[in-house]
Amino acid sequence: METTTLIGQLPEVTAVGVAIKAILILAIISAVAGFGTYLERKVLAFMQRRLGPMHVGPYGLLQIAADGIKLFTKEDIVPQHANAVIFKVAPVITAATAFIALSAVPVFPDFRIPEFIPVLGGTFVPSIASDVNVGILFVLGMMAAGLYGPLLAGMAQANKWGIIGAARTAIQFLSYEVITGLSILAPIMLVGSLSLVDFNEAQSGGFTSWFVWQQPVAFILFLIAGFAETNRTPFDLLEHEAEVISGYATEYSGMRWGMFFIGEYANMITISILAAVVFLGGYNDFGFIAGWIMILLKVAFFFFLMLWVRAAWPHVRPDQLMWLCWKVLMPIAVINVVVTGIVIMV
Amino acid sequence: MGLEQFKNRNVGTQEYRVLDLQESPKTPMAKFAQVAKRTFKGELFVGLGVTVREMFNALFRGQMHTVKYPLEKLPISPRYRAIHEMLRLLESGHYRCIGCGLCEKICISNCISMDTRYDENQRKEVSEYTINFGRCIFCGYCAEVCPELAIVHGPRYETASEQRASFSLFEDMLTPIDKLSLQQEYDGFGAVSPNADENIKKTPLAY
Repeated sequence: METTTLIGQLPEVTAVGVAIKAILILAIISAVAGFGTYLERKVLAFMQRRLGPMHVGPYGLLQIAADGIKLFTKEDIVPQHANAVIFKVAPVITAATAFIALSAVPVFPDFRIPEFIPVLGGTFVPSIASDVNVGILFVLGMMAAGLYGPLLAGMAQANKWGIIGAARTAIQFLSYEVITGLSILAPIMLVGSLSLVDFNEAQSGGFTSWFVWQQPVAFILFLIAGFAETNRTPFDLLEHEAEVISGYATEYSGMRWGMFFIGEYANMITISILAAVVFLGGYNDFGFIAGWIMILLKVAFFFFLMLWVRAAWPHVRPDQLMWLCWKVLMPIAVINVVVTGIVIMV
Repeated sequence: MGLEQFKNRNVGTQEYRVLDLQESPKTPMAKFAQVAKRTFKGELFVGLGVTVREMFNALFRGQMHTVKYPLEKLPISPRYRAIHEMLRLLESGHYRCIGCGLCEKICISNCISMDTRYDENQRKEVSEYTINFGRCIFCGYCAEVCPELAIVHGPRYETASEQRASFSLFEDMLTPIDKLSLQQEYDGFGAVSPNADENIKKTPLAY
């Protein structure tokens, strides 16, 4: 299959444009991640027939400002017997890998900065910060590298809950990385490319060309694995309060703790975008609805789904988690890949 | 709805329903069958449905439970015994207290102190009346014994203040003369709250 690259069909991508894009992603996704905490509290509250945050600003909208001020001004504590260097680096790994993963994901549409703006006027800002030809692999790899954040954090803090949380992180992320890779392999085989832009092109034929109809099993597997990799509720064993206090984040406070959460919410957004682009038709126009609205709607739906599931379903036990991964999901994923291969050959 | 089923305390004579709990599967094949059955039964979506239904109930059908407490307050039962109030006669606006001293006598924690004298019409007048709220146990005897329904327990339960004295003087407890038309009559002991019928619900035991 012929692969079309972004550089071939669009204006020249300059280093300045990419830098602007990177700053945009950082600024907007961190803000959205902060706003995500507000949304999560609100949605969970509504599902339990409560009001949620109401007092800071209208309908509690400025709650994130209050939370941000609190996180930034809290005392910075490094426990006495902790390995201070690793303890301080770990949250940065989580946040950084989450944002690096976003660099290969198409986040907003292309646009050109208007000419009347001095210095930067006319700069082309691409939809994707770096359209590497191994797009999906890069994203998944970066999200997998995010494992080091919780792992090192848990091991550096000289706290037994932290150790347990770190161990759970390692088994959970490593196991579900397999499922993510295998489940997304089948659509990759259908498209014949790893670039997310190509995935989007392959589903430009309208509602029926979405991969979710051809690959329903892979879609469900990817969602389950995505929930596990973003540490969302049926699988949030890493910091399950009832068992391990706060898991790897037990000794963290202030902005170091906040960085773990920015990373987690950025990962939720990444997984939502991946699910939307790979399975639900990406940012193609849908009838009269413009593509950029469609991708926002899809990402919002997946984000809402994560909160919805958190309100409805209980946790699983760690052994059930491993059982589900290796005895159920992985065989299904392998069978799915094999069947897809046979269908493609025939 | 009758109350008969709640008054029946003979546990075991009611109609209980036994949960349909099947035995745990023993063989690997049976275990697999159970997993497959549960997977495709769609029970998980029932949970999702319940939460989203409750969200719609809360947002669009006015079933939000939160009471924004300092701004909104729930109605309080007339039996509640909070800070005392001295009521006035509705016709004349004069305070009802006739200075008989029964409340002072019956007070078991000895916290009411009063002094009376004859005024120019040879009518008894209350010259001093204080309740020491540091001692008061809010037993309600004073309100129960009062022959004129003059001293009652009001609904004012937020009693944090810098000075106990802010509650305890006769003038503070007396209904303000300009709010006389808003004065609530005291229902007396054993009175049920006005919305008692709505508050009666089936307890889970009755299911």
